[in-house]
Amino acid sequence: MTPSVAVIRFPGSNCETETVAAVRRAGGQATLVDYRAISLDNADAVILPGGFSYGDYLRSGAIARFAPVMTAVQALAEAGGAVIGICNGFQILCEARLLPGALLHNSQQRFVARPVDVRIERTNTVCTAEFTRDEVIRIPVAHGEGRYVADEATLDLLEAEGRVVMRYVPVPDSDMPHNPNGSHRDIAGICNAGGNVVGFMPHPERLAEHSVGGDVGHRFFSSLIHRLSTGVPA
Amino acid sequence: MTFSVHVRIIPRPGLLDPQGQAVEHALGALGFEGVTGVRIGKAIELAIEAASAAEAEGMARQMCERLLANPVTEDFVLTVGA
Repeated sequence: MTPSVAVIRFPGSNCETETVAAVRRAGGQATLVDYRAISLDNADAVILPGGFSYGDYLRSGAIARFAPVMTAVQALAEAGGAVIGICNGFQILCEARLLPGALLHNSQQRFVARPVDVRIERTNTVCTAEFTRDEVIRIPVAHGEGRYVADEATLDLLEAEGRVVMRYVPVPDSDMPHNPNGSHRDIAGICNAGGNVVGFMPHPERLAEHSVGGDVGHRFFSSLIHRLSTGVPA
Repeated sequence: MTFSVHVRIIPRPGLLDPQGQAVEHALGALGFEGVTGVRIGKAIELAIEAASAAEAEGMARQMCERLLANPVTEDFVLTVGA
């Protein structure tokens, strides 16, 4: 069976088409699911894509987390299913309390859209199995609210449990700040205790085929599809 | 009765508030000296139908806890008027 992945489209999502394409390129069956849906049609995994759901009104992700479809997303996450949030999707997962912490306005008060270097620190998640631990990859970010914050106790817990999935690291020969948004402890992405709910700011769907300048992002999607088709825990 | 409720949301102490910092710098540049601790939050006005001021405040508190404020990063203060 080809694994099926539901990509949720909220009002204001803008990365869903690339995300669907990336899932298909990795061999998965991708379905765009409307935010008003009350079921995921038995999808094996969910991706909350990037964008500006509800115009980022109030706080990014704050209104989307109450969209009807989120009840099914929550249920899938709690049942151990794969739930991935990219950029705005990460913000939604934090607002929904499926991941701890919050994402605030970048510390320099500017939208940042550029490649960053991140170190993959956890490979046993639903979408990072095809990386080697501590591998550094260059991948684009594009966000105005990407500053990951949490209280010290939560940050310590994330570190102790190995739940920092990726971290911004210095770029050789670059004078740009390596941490593009002021995130606590350079955190770019985290996961829940089971590694089945993962959220991060970088956009792998934007760098998932050679024609756009690189395909390192493809490995997130192929990790996911491989995991879903073999059922092998990462 | 309809009660007007004012919700003031402020970033939690200790959290970097880049907007506040930028405004503090701008105030300094305009010659306003001795201004520190500028923090920028949000103000939300609500008109709530309730039996009493206490009930209106209770409802507004629930709204803050569920949606209007994020407890990870924000504190809120409620003021109930007539």
